[in-house]
Amino acid sequence: MLDLKGYGPALLEGAVVTIELAFLSLAVAITLGLIGASAKLSDNRLAKGAATAYTTLIRGVPDLVMMLLFYYGGQVAVNMLSDHIWETYEIDFFFQFDPFISGVVTIGLIFGAYMTETFRGAFLAVETGQIEAARAYGFTRLHTFRRIMLPQMLRHALPGIGNNWQVLLKTTALVSIIGLTDMVRVAEEAAKAERMPFHFFIPVAFVYLALTAGSELFI
Amino acid sequence: MPDFIAEWLDRNDIFTAMTLMEYWGGMVTTVQLVFLSLVIGLVVAVPLAILRTVKNPFISGPVWFYTYIFRGTPLLIQLYIIYYGLAQIEGIQETFWWLIFREPFYPALLAFTLNTAAYTTEIIRGAIVSTPNGEIEAAKAYGMNWFMRMRRIVLPSAARRGVQAYSNEVIFMLHASAIASVVTIVDLTGAARNIYSRFYAPFDAFIFVALLYMLLTFALVFAFRKLENHLLKHQRPLNS
Repeated sequence: MLDLKGYGPALLEGAVVTIELAFLSLAVAITLGLIGASAKLSDNRLAKGAATAYTTLIRGVPDLVMMLLFYYGGQVAVNMLSDHIWETYEIDFFFQFDPFISGVVTIGLIFGAYMTETFRGAFLAVETGQIEAARAYGFTRLHTFRRIMLPQMLRHALPGIGNNWQVLLKTTALVSIIGLTDMVRVAEEAAKAERMPFHFFIPVAFVYLALTAGSELFI
Repeated sequence: MPDFIAEWLDRNDIFTAMTLMEYWGGMVTTVQLVFLSLVIGLVVAVPLAILRTVKNPFISGPVWFYTYIFRGTPLLIQLYIIYYGLAQIEGIQETFWWLIFREPFYPALLAFTLNTAAYTTEIIRGAIVSTPNGEIEAAKAYGMNWFMRMRRIVLPSAARRGVQAYSNEVIFMLHASAIASVVTIVDLTGAARNIYSRFYAPFDAFIFVALLYMLLTFALVFAFRKLENHLLKHQRPLNS
């Protein structure tokens, strides 16, 4: 049996952190993706421009750089904000910008951009006849969106969401770099302390493999 | 020039010649690392992709296993395993390999190459498998043997179908190379991290490096668009 030298529980906790992070970021990404896709398909030029700028920006910058920017920059921004609030309103307001929040925000933002593209394609794949029929039945815009567009769009979007999820899962490993004690971080510390890199990294690699292979079954 | 930019440039202590040189050095390292791993990865991936399409499971199986492992685990873990693991192999420190793998650059290059080769293998395999049957039949009818068929018909036509997916992989690799900074390589991200910790200026250090990465990305996108236009010239509509 695999002897984890007492790091077993810590690794398990790390795995839970990884999964929590992945699901929360997925929720953020899907929300942003829906908003982004709606903005890209709308007639409003400002919304269209903002969504295009968002997706272009995200696709041009590495995820790690974004994460470092949000993590280090986020704390500085919070400090500046709390200073400002203290000086003008004399209200004591402060919170620590922790790696978990910056991880969720960054991964959510990055995959929100990819989801935007996925959903945009899926919305375009819904036949216009369906929308016209809904309008002929006197559906309101919101009603059309909820009853006609969303269910039919999801069918087209599902493969794309699955792909994005697989990539997202692997991207969560990056949060160990900004100091969140996820699986990779625990394995790294254990490997350094015990001088046994293969012993700790290979099981963690297999957990990721199991997660990606397991989610393949659901998609 | 707007006043606030002029004012900002006046008070600028961060972007001196020294730090700009550091960014430049990082850019050179990033480009070297990405370019070398992509080129070696592509050279490795073409034969692997062909092996992957062979019917014999004892040949295609191991290749499938390799791509499955490397595509199913995060690159960061692969990098850690290779970077920390190579030093732990018994006796490696006495051989000449140690002279190479002592530098963090080469373990990172190895990890990136193996990773990109796995993805590229699958891209090329997909392109090979979807070769229209008629093309292969025509080649057979002309009496081409397997090797010539591969060289003249299957691979060029696969290149046309694979180039779009491959351009995504190249950009993905450029972005993934940022994690090289974790194993003490001073690439673009490493330079930004050094400058951040020296001046405690996260916005300046990281936004600047983000702009540099965007520049590289868009240069790549532009180059691949040119390549695609070249490869798919025959599909271009007339009068355009």
